[in-house]
Amino acid sequence: MGRYVARRLLLTIPVLFGASFLIFAMVYALPGDPIRALGGDRPLAPAVVAQLRQEFNLNDPLGIQYLKYLGDLAQGDLGTDFRGRPVLDTISQRLPVTIKLTVVAILIEAVIGIIAGVLAGIRRNSFFDNVVLVSTTLVVSIPILVLAFIAQFTFGLKLGLFPISGVQEGWYSFLLPGFVLASGSLAYVARLTRTSVAENMRADYVRTARAKGLPNRTVVVRHTLRNSLIPVVTFVGADIGTLLGGAIVTESVFNLPGIGRAIFDAVRAQEGAVVVGIVTLMVFFFIFFNLVVDVLYAVLDPRIRYE
Amino acid sequence: MSDQQQADLRKDEVEAGTTTGLASPSVDVTSDRQNSLWSDAWKQLRRNVLFWIGAVLGLLFLLMALFPRVFSRGADPRDCSLSRSSQAPSSEHWFGFDQQGCDYMANVVHGARNSLIIGLLAVAVILVLGVVVGAVSGFFGGVVDSLLSRVADIFYALPLILGALVVLRSGFLGRGVVAVAIALAAFGWMTAMRLVRSQVIAVKSSDYVAAARAMGASNGRILLRHILPNAVAPVLVYATITIGVLIAAEATLTFLGVGLQRPAISWGLQIDAGQRLLRIAPHLVLFPSLILTMTVMAFVMMGDALRDALDPRQRS
Repeated sequence: MGRYVARRLLLTIPVLFGASFLIFAMVYALPGDPIRALGGDRPLAPAVVAQLRQEFNLNDPLGIQYLKYLGDLAQGDLGTDFRGRPVLDTISQRLPVTIKLTVVAILIEAVIGIIAGVLAGIRRNSFFDNVVLVSTTLVVSIPILVLAFIAQFTFGLKLGLFPISGVQEGWYSFLLPGFVLASGSLAYVARLTRTSVAENMRADYVRTARAKGLPNRTVVVRHTLRNSLIPVVTFVGADIGTLLGGAIVTESVFNLPGIGRAIFDAVRAQEGAVVVGIVTLMVFFFIFFNLVVDVLYAVLDPRIRYE
Repeated sequence: MSDQQQADLRKDEVEAGTTTGLASPSVDVTSDRQNSLWSDAWKQLRRNVLFWIGAVLGLLFLLMALFPRVFSRGADPRDCSLSRSSQAPSSEHWFGFDQQGCDYMANVVHGARNSLIIGLLAVAVILVLGVVVGAVSGFFGGVVDSLLSRVADIFYALPLILGALVVLRSGFLGRGVVAVAIALAAFGWMTAMRLVRSQVIAVKSSDYVAAARAMGASNGRILLRHILPNAVAPVLVYATITIGVLIAAEATLTFLGVGLQRPAISWGLQIDAGQRLLRIAPHLVLFPSLILTMTVMAFVMMGDALRDALDPRQRS
């Protein structure tokens, strides 16, 4: 196990560097001159432009720029945006919003998804099972963009139940965007649980449990669920890493000042340092939670052995 | 197939949302079995109501993309008059008018073509990339496999929308239909690659491949004639659903302002323009959203039905 984790950790290094370099190179290719854009209507003095270009290493070739960036990164310096604000500042200000959104979304998808999936799975082909099947197909098919507007329009604008945008009302303002963000995963969790439960209900050990006279509740909760939920737990775990990467669309529509919004704004404003810094962070989250989930898999399911 | 390979295959399939039964140890895949798989699958498919709903929606979408004039009832999407700005739907004009006073139904219907082209083009690129890289990776193994798998990992760590956003913003592809399709494919090929790779590794060790090799078949022949046909089923399911996902992604990118641009007609542009008038003219967001959702649904339903039909574990 220890060796497996060590090997996986080593394998993440090229991925982390590769992904950040990929983004770095693409940001480097962004058209236009960000320094000139900074001046707006009044062009900056040539000396100032030259100094700024020097300061942000814009005169070096791509490889050197990236190496200098990595050197700073190793010292815990993520650089600054063109207005002199440290990227770390931006991240520490935006991250709490995204973390809250992620917590709400994960809770929604796990609780509702698992309950719906279990109820559908233990009674396959029942009315409820078909409701779950059809509604998950529907939810999967609605693009998040469309769902965000439907939710905002009906529950925010028409019914006035939830705030339309912003984070003024604390956790409550995260409920509606959380639902929108969770919808796709929720449907997937419900289906995964349903398939897994239905498969395990036919397993030999469940028949054995019934044969020795255990009550239905014990059979379902102690035997079926414990085994069925392993893939679900791992999916939800990995989803944390994905959601922490920020939800560009959800955060844009509901005007939440999180990581997703920050990265979208940064791409538009050609703030290379901000884009690369945040992307590196989200890739790290993604890799980290996937690793945790893989290890968790072995802990939860003793049949799996990593050598 | 070793336990580790089986676990890998299962993980890839879960991520791609498809199952083939190869991940369950008891199923022995031979080419003879594969033939009956397809006829069995068709029998299964014909009885599935959801498949027919998806197929009808898909056909409607296809016709809309090919012959938009029929659906717009002769109205020209560019025939606009500001005097009709943002008028609500009526029996004359079912979808009402947009802010410029253009017939909205004509506009929404004409949006189908760009969506279809981008969806199909992107999925074609994804399939070519995924099958080639995945087959090479799985078949040759070793250093080649490690290298290609790491490259796939790198792309996998970047979300589709984010990657495409940066590529399109950087502008070296331009901003047309082809650019959007390529940007989507560049960050969407990894699942297809992993799927093919797992299948190839799974099938590679089977007896009939060993038999073909014993008869002196070349690597290329074994790959093309024996291994790849067995990997078709999960990839087909994945591709069908992915067309829908890509169409939604195109609308999203366009909505975010980095996809198609005016004067192109796109559902993303319509939703973007409509959202600013959400309070006074909600129909401007409603109709493109509705058609977009139905289009995505068509592909998701067909893909779902296909998966159920192709999964031997579902049949008993």
